[in-house]
Amino acid sequence: MATIYVDNKPYVVNEGRNLLQVCLSLGFNLPYFCWHPALGSVGACRQCAVKQFKDEKDKRGKIVMACMTPAAEGVRIAVDDEEARQFRETVIEWLMANHPHDCPVCDEGGECHLQDMTVMTGHNYRKYRFPKRTYQNQYLGPFINHEMNRCIQCYRCVRFYQDYAGGQDLGVFAAHDRVYFGRHKDGVLENEFSGNLVELCPTGVFTDKTLKGHYTRAWDLQTAPSVCVHCGVGCNTTPGERYGLLRRIHNRFNHDVNGYFLCDRGRYGYEFVNGERRVRTPLLKRDGALGPVTRAEALTEIGKVLSGPAVLLGIGSPRASIESNFALRELVGPDRFYDGVSARERQLLSAMLSTLRAPGVHSPSLREVGEADAVFVLGENLAEVAPMIALQVRQAVYRSTVPMGERLGIPAWHDSAIREAIQGRHGPLYLATVTGDKLADVATRSWCAAPDDLARLGFAVAHCIDPTAPSVSDLSEELPGLAKEIAGALRSAQRPLIVSGPSCGSLAVVQAAANVAISLSAAGAQHAALCYDAPECNSFGPALLDGHGLDEALQAAKSGSVYAAIVLENDLYRRADRAAVDAFLEGAEQVVVIDHTVHDTTKRADVVLPAATFAEGDGTLVNNEGRAQRFVQVFKAQGDVQESWRWLGELSRTAPSNGAWQNLDHICTRIAETAPALGEIARVAPAATARFLAQRIPRQAHRYSGRTAIGAHVNVHEPALPEDPDSPMAFSMEGFPSTCSSALTSAYWAPGWNSVQALNKFQAEVGGPLRVGNAGVRLWEVAEGHDHKYFEVIPPAFQSREKEHLAVPLHHIFGSEELSVLSPSVAERAPASYVAVNFRDAEALQITDGENVQLVLDGIPYRLPVRILPDLPSGVVGLPSGLPEMSWVKLPGWGKIVKEVPA
Amino acid sequence: MLSMLRTLWIVFRHAFRRRVTYQYPEQPVPLPPRWRGRIILTRDPDGGERCVACHLCAVACPVDCIALQATEDEHGRRYPEFFRINFSRCIFCGYCEEACPTYAIQLIPDFEMGEYNRQNLVYEKEHLLIDGPGKYAGYNYYRVAGVSIGGKGKGEAENEAPPVDVRSLQL
Ligand code: SF4
Ligand code: SF4
Ligand code: SF4
Ligand code: SF4
Ligand code: FES
Repeated sequence: MATIYVDNKPYVVNEGRNLLQVCLSLGFNLPYFCWHPALGSVGACRQCAVKQFKDEKDKRGKIVMACMTPAAEGVRIAVDDEEARQFRETVIEWLMANHPHDCPVCDEGGECHLQDMTVMTGHNYRKYRFPKRTYQNQYLGPFINHEMNRCIQCYRCVRFYQDYAGGQDLGVFAAHDRVYFGRHKDGVLENEFSGNLVELCPTGVFTDKTLKGHYTRAWDLQTAPSVCVHCGVGCNTTPGERYGLLRRIHNRFNHDVNGYFLCDRGRYGYEFVNGERRVRTPLLKRDGALGPVTRAEALTEIGKVLSGPAVLLGIGSPRASIESNFALRELVGPDRFYDGVSARERQLLSAMLSTLRAPGVHSPSLREVGEADAVFVLGENLAEVAPMIALQVRQAVYRSTVPMGERLGIPAWHDSAIREAIQGRHGPLYLATVTGDKLADVATRSWCAAPDDLARLGFAVAHCIDPTAPSVSDLSEELPGLAKEIAGALRSAQRPLIVSGPSCGSLAVVQAAANVAISLSAAGAQHAALCYDAPECNSFGPALLDGHGLDEALQAAKSGSVYAAIVLENDLYRRADRAAVDAFLEGAEQVVVIDHTVHDTTKRADVVLPAATFAEGDGTLVNNEGRAQRFVQVFKAQGDVQESWRWLGELSRTAPSNGAWQNLDHICTRIAETAPALGEIARVAPAATARFLAQRIPRQAHRYSGRTAIGAHVNVHEPALPEDPDSPMAFSMEGFPSTCSSALTSAYWAPGWNSVQALNKFQAEVGGPLRVGNAGVRLWEVAEGHDHKYFEVIPPAFQSREKEHLAVPLHHIFGSEELSVLSPSVAERAPASYVAVNFRDAEALQITDGENVQLVLDGIPYRLPVRILPDLPSGVVGLPSGLPEMSWVKLPGWGKIVKEVPA
Repeated sequence: MLSMLRTLWIVFRHAFRRRVTYQYPEQPVPLPPRWRGRIILTRDPDGGERCVACHLCAVACPVDCIALQATEDEHGRRYPEFFRINFSRCIFCGYCEEACPTYAIQLIPDFEMGEYNRQNLVYEKEHLLIDGPGKYAGYNYYRVAGVSIGGKGKGEAENEAPPVDVRSLQL
C-alpha cells in the first residue's frame, strides 16, 4: 500500500499500479483510451494527462500520462488542474479533427467511449475547417464491420488481437497521420476472438455485423444476465432483445470466469433463437404429419399415455438446464431418467466428474487457468473445443514471464515495455494433441500423436513426478525425455496446471491427466490444478442427477416392453447410431419431444412441445469447473413457448406425481432437497421474491424508448406488463436498477459512462472483481487430504494397421456445436465435411488434397473430400465432429479409406 | 354598489371592442410559423428519406411515443424500416425535432388531428413522410457524414480528402 495525494487529498492505494488505474478506482473521472485493465498501458493516446508535483512546495508541476506513471509512495498529482484539463481537451480536439460526422449512423453511438470522453473533457465545438482524412474500409468476414474513418489510433485493437489473443492477421499499416488498422487485404478475420474488438475498440471502427442486420441502440435493448450455451466453459453474457428478436450478445463481466472477453462462437451463435427452425407452437402428429395444435390438445394427448400402461422413459440433455433435467427425473422417476449422451461421452464425463470431486484435486476457475505458471495440455485442441480456456492459457504463458521484466524494474502494467524486455519468451507450455494446435506459437514443445500415445505420455509424466504412480513400459524413443521435461516443468512451478478433456474420445487421456494431477498433489504441490473442458453447457448437470446411460434406454426397443419416451432438448441422432435411435423411436407408444428447435428427433415425434431457449427462460447450468450459474429470462416469447421444466411441471400435474412447482424457486428448493450434489442451487441467484428498495430490478435501461408506441399499431391501449414469477427482475424500465447482486445485473451504467467501460464504477479496483462479488456458486471445493488412487490401466502404444485407419474426431469452433451453427454468421465460417489424412498416408493411399474418397466406418460408407493435415500422426485420420451433415459418427473407431475409381 | 356598476360598465364597453374570437372551423386560425403541431418526416434535397434511423428522437421523447426500426439499403444507406408515432400520447413538446441530427423530423403548424377512434392516432411512416425538405431546405446529412452510400464513396463527402493510400510505405 502507498499513500498518494490527488488534488492535495491523501489516498491509500495499491502500490505497483499506475496512476490511471488508481484514479479510476478511486472514482475520479479521468478520460483515457489506450489503457485497458486486461491489456495494460502503452501511453499511445495521451488522453489521461494529469499534473504531477515534485513535493508540497512545487506549484508548477509537470504534465504526465497517468497510465504511464507508477502510483508510488508520496506521489502528488492534480487531476482537477486547469492546465491538465486543457491539455486533455486539446487532445480530444486533435482526435476529433478527422473524426467523421457519423454518430447518427454509427452503431457505437449511445455506448461509445469516444462520445463519453469527448463530453467528459468538455470539447464541444470543432474548430478544424480543413478537409478530413478518409480511409477505405475492408471486408472482414461475417462477424465484424469495419469503418476506418472513425479510428482515433489508440492501438487497442492490435494489442488485443496480436498480443492478447495471438492473432496474426490484423495489423497497423502506413505511418504518421495515415496509420491504418486492418488486414493486409480484405478477408475474414481468422482469430476466434475477433468479436471482442467490438467492445474493445473505443469507437465505431469495429462493430458487430450481425447486430447491424437488425440494428438497435444499446439503450433500447431489453437485457438480463445470461450464460453462454455453446460450450462447457459457461462464459457470462448479456443478450439484448427488442421487438421479440434477440439482437446481440455482449460480454458480462465475471472476474472468475470470462473476465472481459467472449469467443466468437459465444458472441455470434445466438441467432438460432430467431431462426426459422424454431418450434413456436405445440405440434401433434396426425396422419403421419406434424401440425400445430393448441396446448390443451397436446397436453391431453400426452396425458392419455401418461395415465396408460406404458413405462415412461425420460431422456435428459446436457444442453438443457438442471431444472429441466430434474423436472424430467421427477416425472419419470430416478430409475427411468437417462442422461442423454452417448455411451462413450457418459464414460468420459463420469471419469472427469469423479476425479474433479476427489480430495486433493483442484478444479480451477477460468481466471485461475490464466494465472498458472506451467501448463500441460493433454489431448485437447483448446482453441476449437473451449476457446476461452485457450485464451487464458495464452495469458498464463505470458504472465509467467512478467517477473522477468519486473526484475529489470519494469512494472507489470507496463505492457509494451515488458513485451520488449522478454523478447517473445514465454512460460512453460506443453501441448500433446492429436493434431497441430493454435497455441503452438507459444508452446515450449508440441507433440502430435494418437490418443493412446497421448495418454501414455500423460501416464509417464505422472510416474516421473511421483514414482508410485503406475509406470509406462517400453516408451518410444523420444518420450522418456519429453515426459521428464514436462514433469520437471510442472514440479518446479508454483501453480502447475493440467488441461485435458473428452474431445478426442479417449478415456485413457482423461485418466492420464487425472494421474498427473494426483501425482502433483502427492508430491506436495500446493496449488496444482486440473482443468477438464466439458463439451456442452450443462454436461455435468445430468451426470450430477445420476442419470442412467442413454444406451440402456435405447435397449428398451429390443426388450419388447411397452414404453413411451419424453425427450428433453436433445437430438438423439447426434448421440447414438441412427438405426438404434430409429428402432427406439418407432418402438415407443408415444414420443414426446420438448425442444426449441426442429431436428431429426422432433421430426419423428408424436408430440412436440415448444421449449424456451436460454433467452426466453430461466434455469441453471453447471460449467466445466463445477460452477452453477443462473441464466435469467431476457424476454417473453410469443405464444406457448415456455421453459421445459414448466412443461414438465404441467405434465406432472396431469399425472399422479408430486412435481407441483409453479416457479423456479419451488423447483430449486426441491432439487436441493433431493439431489445432495446440487444442494447449493438455490444460492446461485436471489429468490424471485427478493426486492430492492421494495422494487424489482428493471430489464430495460432508464432511457428505453418507444414504450407507448411499440405495440400501438396492434392496439393503442398499452398492455399490462408481463409477470415474472421466476426472478426479481421486471420486463420494464421501471424499478430500482440495483447492482447489488451480480447474478442479477446485466448492464452497467454510471452518469457520463455509457460504454461498456462503465463497469469501472462497479469494481473495487478497476480490472478486479465486482464489488458485490462474482456470479455463480462452485458446487464443490477441493477437499482436504490426498487421494492417491491412481488409474492403473495404461493402454498399449498405438499401432497403425495395414488396411485401416483410426478415425478420430476433429473439433471446429464454428460448426461442431449444434446450436451455434444455426446462426447464419457462424454457419458461414463452418467447414464442409472432409476426412483429414497426413502426407505419408495420403501418399501410400495415392490420394491427393481435395480428392473424394470413401471412408467406411462401422460398415457405413461416407463420401468425403480429402484434406491433407501434416501434423496428424501416421495411421490416424480425422473427421470433423458434429457438423450438421455428419452429426453422429462413432469416434474414435477404425475405418477404411477406399479410393474412388472414376466412373 | 359602486363596484358593481363599474363592472357592468366595463363589460358594456367590451361590446364595442375588436373581436378576438375566431369562428373556427369556418374561419381558419392563423398559426405562428414556429407552432408545434403535427409531426412530419421530411426528405433531403435529393429526394431521399432524411431520417437515418438513429433513434435519437425516440430516446428524447418524454412520453416514449416514437418507435422505429433501422434498416439499410444495399449500398449501406440507413433508413427506418418502420417509423411509428402514437399521437394519442404525444405532447407536442418538440424534443424529437430538437434531438434530430438530420432535420428529418419536424413539427408543423397543423393541429387538426382529432379522431373519434383513438387507434387512428397511430401514424406510420407512410402517414408521416412528406415529399419535400420542410425547414432547412438545403441540408443533406449524408453529404456531410463519412459513411459511404450509393453514389457517394469514401472521400466524396463535403470537405473530405481522398482516401489515404495505405500502401504508401511499400515499394
Ligand atoms: S465512434 Fe462514437 S463518436 Fe464516432 S461516430 Fe461513432 S458514435 Fe460518434
Ligand atoms: S480501430 Fe479502434 S481500437 Fe483500433 S486503434 Fe482505432 S480506435 Fe483504437
Ligand atoms: S413532440 Fe415530444 S412527445 Fe411528441 S413525439 Fe416529439 S418528443 Fe415525443
Ligand atoms: S432523430 Fe431524426 S434521423 Fe434520428 S431517427 Fe429520429 S427522425 Fe430519424
Ligand atoms: S490511457 Fe494513458 S496515454 Fe492512453
